[in-house]
Amino acid sequence: MIINHPLLGPRDAAEFVVLGDACLIDRPDGMNSASEEMHDYAYVRDNPAGEHRELWYHEQGDRSWLVVTRSTLTHDVIKVELARDVARARGRSR
Amino acid sequence: MRYSALRILKEGLTGNRGWQPVWREPEPKPEYDIVIIGGGGHGLSTAYYLAKEFGERSVAVLEKGWLGSGNIGRNTTIIRSNYLLEGNQPFYEFSLKLWEGLEQDFNYNAMVSQRGILNLCHSDPQRDAFVRRGNAMRLSGADAMVLGPDEIRRMCPYLDHENARFPITGALWQPRGGTVRHDAVAWGYARGADQRGVDIIQNCEVTGIDIKDGRCLGVETAKGPIKAKKVAMCAAGSSSRVAALAGMRLPIESHVLQAFVSEGLKPVLPGVITFGAGHFYVSQSDKGGLVFGGDIDGYNTYAQRGNLPVVEDVCEGGMAIMPMIGRARLLRMWGGVMDMSMDGSPFIDKTHVEGLYLNAGWCYGGFKATPASGYCYAHLLATGQPHETARSFRLDRFRQGAMIDEKGVGAQPNLH
Repeated sequence: MIINHPLLGPRDAAEFVVLGDACLIDRPDGMNSASEEMHDYAYVRDNPAGEHRELWYHEQGDRSWLVVTRSTLTHDVIKVELARDVARARGRSR
Repeated sequence: MRYSALRILKEGLTGNRGWQPVWREPEPKPEYDIVIIGGGGHGLSTAYYLAKEFGERSVAVLEKGWLGSGNIGRNTTIIRSNYLLEGNQPFYEFSLKLWEGLEQDFNYNAMVSQRGILNLCHSDPQRDAFVRRGNAMRLSGADAMVLGPDEIRRMCPYLDHENARFPITGALWQPRGGTVRHDAVAWGYARGADQRGVDIIQNCEVTGIDIKDGRCLGVETAKGPIKAKKVAMCAAGSSSRVAALAGMRLPIESHVLQAFVSEGLKPVLPGVITFGAGHFYVSQSDKGGLVFGGDIDGYNTYAQRGNLPVVEDVCEGGMAIMPMIGRARLLRMWGGVMDMSMDGSPFIDKTHVEGLYLNAGWCYGGFKATPASGYCYAHLLATGQPHETARSFRLDRFRQGAMIDEKGVGAQPNLH
């Protein structure tokens, strides 16, 4: 698989480490949320067959976090964004 | 028909005209007591033990493709019971004991071969960990021996014993581990279940699960609706997709594990060998091919194929421990889709829906578990109580903080 890095251009997937579903960006507030919500965040996944948004870390490169939209049926990489941009658009971080 | 040497002789003398199809191909009835979703190894063994041990007379197995088309025919055929944790080890030892009597039990040659499994270690701390694991194995009634470098050298002279980075300092040896002809396991269980009245229905995808007022009433299938008192999900690899039909989300990600086989060679490996400093395991099939594998690819996928970086990684592991493997040509490689769970351990449990059961999350250890998984699932389905060796495989164990994390890496499925 080739990941089309938004800053560095096409890079081999072997340079990356995969964390998992991009829903991990939306961490509930640990001080306020219900334990059920934290349980689902930490342990439960949609695991779809088809389009899947996931967090990839460019460990052997510029160490940026990316949100890669990929097909879990064909391995086609559909879209690549900087995780920073995605998180900010969702109101995370400052 | 009972298979025996006498039968072969008789058929041989009469032109082999007496052999019958091994199982029927029935059309689904409108209603069953128990419907099992998934005709792989675990689904078929569940049906077999339901009929044989628990006297269930109305059971159907629904398979989307053909019988045994999933991971029962895609694994590296290894059986062993060398786990550490209390929630796991007694279960896998129960499974190994079932393997030992399996062929006589279902009257089918599955080529169960207890040729031993050798887990190599490469440092003193790793040897200490293996001693601990060996003790845990023996406590569960399994066999385990810690071998020193000289014994390993005698057993496998061709390994790279003096590797500068990963010298072989010892090994955990389980003589009762080994390999099994994996397709024959599916066929043997299917035949045994069919003989006892189980309907095995192929090319019959389940497209919906009927739930009303928190009770499961049956399934929708490609061949029409089927009512059932109990519905048993058993489709590891695609468990999340099946559970989604019931509105459930699981603590599982689907990943691909690749396996490889070399050209046929003369007998060289006595049993199964695993490399302790990387992830590499190898055995030799009775046809002569070296069957080997390593890590999963590490990204979510339902495609039954992987990518090249893992091929390179696995082959490097092979070269590090067994340099002669570099002289063999790779014949075939393939991938199977795994239910990777959040703690690396499986589930055999009821769900929040009355009458709906789940067997899932086998990671890449499902093959060796086939007999015990079926037996314990059948026990749960028939009696409503978990089998004593499968009590820990609960779906709510993350809520309870009762994870069974052999590797200790936490809720990160691609690291288990």
